[in-house]
Amino acid sequence: MNLQDIVAAAEAAATEAADASALEAARVRYLGRKGELTALLKTLGGLNAAERPRAGAAINAAKQRVQEAIARRKKALAAEQLASEVAAETLDLTLPGRRPDAGGLHPVTQALARVEEIFSGAGYQVFGGLEIEDDYHNFEALNIPAHHPARAMHDTFYFADGSLLRTHTSPAQVHVMETQQPPIRVICPGRVYRRDSDLTHTPMFHQIEGLVVDRGIGFSDLKGTVTDFARRFFDRALELRFRASYFPFTEPSAEVDVQCVRCLGDGCRVCSRTGWLEIMGCGLVHPNALEMSGIDSETYSGFAFGMGGDRLAMLLHRVGDLRLFFENDLRFLRQFN
Amino acid sequence: MKFSEAWLREWVNLDLDRAALLEQLSMAGLEVEGTEPVAGRMSGVVVARVEAVQPHSAADSLSVCVVSDGAERFPVVCGAPNVRSGLLAAFARPGAVLPGEVRISTASLRGVQSQGMLCSAAELGMGEEEDRILELDEGCPEGADLAAALSLEDVIIDLDVTPNRGDCLSVRGLARELGVLNGSPAKPLQARPALVTSQAAFPVAVEDAAGCPRYLGRVIEGIDPNARTPFWVRERLRRCGLRSVGPAVDLTNYVMLELGQPMHAFDLDRLADGIQVRRARPGERLRLLDGREAALDEETLLIADGAGPVAVAGLMGGERSGVAPSTRNLFLECAFFSPRTVSRAARRLGLHTDASHRYERGVDFELPAQAMERATELLLEVAGGAAGPVREWVSSAQLPKARQVRLRQRRLDELAGVAIGADEVDRLLARLDFPLAGREETEADGVVWTLVAPSHRFDIAIEADLVEEVCRIYGYQRLPERLPSAPLSMRPVRLERSDPNRLKARLADQGFQEIITYSFVDPALQDLLDPQTTPLPLANPMSREQSVMRTNLLPGLVDALRFNLNRRQERAQLFELGLCFRPGPKLEQVLMLGGLLWGARAPESWHGKRQAADFFDLKGQLELLLEWAGIPDLAFEMADDPVLHPGQRAVVLAGDRTLGRIGRLHPELEQRLDLAPGVFVFELLGDAALERPLRTFAEIPKVPGVRRDLALLVDEEVTARQVRATLAKALGSALAEFRLFDLYRGEGIDSRQKSMAVGLTLQHPSATLTEDEVTRWLGKAVAALEAELGARLR
Repeated sequence: MNLQDIVAAAEAAATEAADASALEAARVRYLGRKGELTALLKTLGGLNAAERPRAGAAINAAKQRVQEAIARRKKALAAEQLASEVAAETLDLTLPGRRPDAGGLHPVTQALARVEEIFSGAGYQVFGGLEIEDDYHNFEALNIPAHHPARAMHDTFYFADGSLLRTHTSPAQVHVMETQQPPIRVICPGRVYRRDSDLTHTPMFHQIEGLVVDRGIGFSDLKGTVTDFARRFFDRALELRFRASYFPFTEPSAEVDVQCVRCLGDGCRVCSRTGWLEIMGCGLVHPNALEMSGIDSETYSGFAFGMGGDRLAMLLHRVGDLRLFFENDLRFLRQFN
Repeated sequence: MKFSEAWLREWVNLDLDRAALLEQLSMAGLEVEGTEPVAGRMSGVVVARVEAVQPHSAADSLSVCVVSDGAERFPVVCGAPNVRSGLLAAFARPGAVLPGEVRISTASLRGVQSQGMLCSAAELGMGEEEDRILELDEGCPEGADLAAALSLEDVIIDLDVTPNRGDCLSVRGLARELGVLNGSPAKPLQARPALVTSQAAFPVAVEDAAGCPRYLGRVIEGIDPNARTPFWVRERLRRCGLRSVGPAVDLTNYVMLELGQPMHAFDLDRLADGIQVRRARPGERLRLLDGREAALDEETLLIADGAGPVAVAGLMGGERSGVAPSTRNLFLECAFFSPRTVSRAARRLGLHTDASHRYERGVDFELPAQAMERATELLLEVAGGAAGPVREWVSSAQLPKARQVRLRQRRLDELAGVAIGADEVDRLLARLDFPLAGREETEADGVVWTLVAPSHRFDIAIEADLVEEVCRIYGYQRLPERLPSAPLSMRPVRLERSDPNRLKARLADQGFQEIITYSFVDPALQDLLDPQTTPLPLANPMSREQSVMRTNLLPGLVDALRFNLNRRQERAQLFELGLCFRPGPKLEQVLMLGGLLWGARAPESWHGKRQAADFFDLKGQLELLLEWAGIPDLAFEMADDPVLHPGQRAVVLAGDRTLGRIGRLHPELEQRLDLAPGVFVFELLGDAALERPLRTFAEIPKVPGVRRDLALLVDEEVTARQVRATLAKALGSALAEFRLFDLYRGEGIDSRQKSMAVGLTLQHPSATLTEDEVTRWLGKAVAALEAELGARLR
């Protein structure tokens, strides 16, 4: 066979090699130690010196062509191989992902944290307080002496020694006033307890108390602060109204209604068709309450407010039944994660 | 308090429609809780007279009546026992529609034709009485539409009156308040002194002037025991939520509703000797009008006679002296009892009455004389009789003092947060109608008003009270909004302590779901979950299930798990952060963090088999958390704990501090509590979890470490912690990382031994370790393991 035929046959063998082993067989047949081109090279020794360079060059060129053909084929085979592997790795991408169980925070915690975040941003401190209190901090220091009819507004859990479960977070403001001098800006979130259990009451619930004491604090400051807060909390420019009310530890006192967050005042089931939702009680701190905790009521004045954390969470997340918060049904809690 | 709108409007002229009135009441602090119609929707019902009544021939219980509406006569069959000739009644003409869309037509009842119907209160939506027909007062025009004749367009308004406004617990008091708000004064009270036609009197001795500074008594003799309370009085009582009992009680109640003065009527013939107003004596008891037997204590103020207690002052009368249908002679009491005295007795006896509700909040101490005359006037009109003179006993020294209170313009402006202006304040104060004792202009405070608190206002004692009055009448809505100004000082932020919200977020990020459970728990459950502590009991729990304060967080966690197990959850990973209550010489309220893990290690999925979570799943979570917190020298050590599995329980230590515990609930407890097996819990001191020591920089090694693995054979008792500690001691700072990557027991190994494979990363801070050095360190490590733990290389 002449050189050209060998090259043509070798190129054909490489191109037609179906897989890596066929290609390797082709390489051995033509380029191997006993291969056909290798054998041709060995014949060079028999040629005369004048012919040898030309023939040598021709054989080397042929060898290179065959090598290139084999390399091309090798590359092509590798590409085919990868393509078929990739094809085999196609997944059903609609299968669910692999994941751990996610946790989450209780919706009341989230609401309280939101309140804290809003007030912290305005420079308020957060103060926790304890839940078993003495009569003095829960009542007396808040201008609610024994036998005051306002005590009937607080159905109290007592212990044998006369101590009690705080009925509101207001004792926390007493502790703050006892230990700090104005200016005071705090909020006190926490658990409170009242002997009350029905559709809209649980014996334990959450309140957030707020207290500002400084020089020249007036009702306008209270109105501005509460209005600003409510709009930030619900992230809407809601209307508010302040109704006169009564709390022994504030004077003047007010209850605050916010435009219904669901119907925006048109009237719906959530707001009992009134268009308004009661969200907190508030007022200017009663001078007796300031004085009892060691703050000069002629120099300083202040405002305080108290709101239900659970109620805020209910309004925010459209929860209709307060009791769901304390059943800890995972199907309920996970809705807020 | 419930009252009738129409009655209120009789006392004050208001240029407000109903909606505006309700809104004004609510805005002024008299919150409207609701309204209800005084009658159902009806048409074709008129005032009519029963002209004749005959028995029905075919039914004993029925009567055949002739009813006239003034224009026409109707045959009507009626089953009411009180139907009688001459009666003025409510008549539904044929074609009338009664509440509930009941259509009245002509019908035949046992063979007698009946055109229309005589109506009971229940049929008209005017009360519960359904057997008897309504008996209207003479004077109602025959043929008039019933709704017009009885003002049935009226509504019952239910107000939540706050404890400071006892003066608003009457129609007249509300009218006075609305008069102030609208600048339209309420009608004055015009009680005409009754004509005294008898000299009969009953002796009164007040021994406790502090509890009873004023006591008025009057005898009324010879009332008609057959007298009935007129319909209009009964109807007003009904619209204010009271039942009719009989004239004496009804009319004193009427005066209480109208004027706010509680009164009491005694049957004079059942009183002995004379009235004493005194404190109870040891052991005295009284059977009250409601049938309850009250044990009295020495601070309880009594009305007594020669034979013992007849009433608890301001609260409730006794059965013995109560007015009965046969009563002919009355002793009327009208007094001012001190709020404190009544409130104390009410609380002690657990009683709450219309009278005590008013006395506790303060009743106008100048009112009794007028109220007595008003009640007398009504009683004589309804039941006849002869009124004796009013005998008054009073201790001026013990009556509340008329307080003078100053209002400084400067202070008012400051507290309102806006300058209202002296002229405007003058006008507002004039509407308030408190006696003005002085008005002066001062340099420092602007105008200073001195006002006298009127006898009906018990809530006006200091300047702030007047500030409230002015702001309220001015209108809270008109006060501007502004934000407090303060220096932009920085809020303190603790450097080495986490915010609790941050801790909770971390737990949530680790896969825990937060729960919030009641702080009071079932004592039986608490005892199972903390047998060594006696929890603090509530003195007045609502139920046994919520009667002791939790000493740890396990009851809540376990309860929440049970709740969710019952709802077929496949796994639960819960936490709660909250106070626990540890009784002792001094009660401790300790913040605790508790966690629980139960069920599948991961949510069920298509990949991998369902595996149950075990101790190490929860331990790993806890380690992650505490490493995040940055607590050094963390260790878990087996420890006794009666509620945890004896082989799977540990205390969590940081150096020599105990931070908490972790383990599996004791299987016996799991069974007793109906829990599925494999409940793992931890509890940590909240303060420990909130610690977060400041991280400080440590040089990052510039050269890589060298990893070498050792397979060790050790006795079963040797713990991973011992292996690690031994290596740490032997290698010191050269040991950069320790991993235990395999644990094997079984074939090829002595049954009392186990194989541990550990990976050691050795490192020098600045130089690459040579092979010689590595070999030397490993030799040292193996020697230490052999010497201290009897380990050998496998």
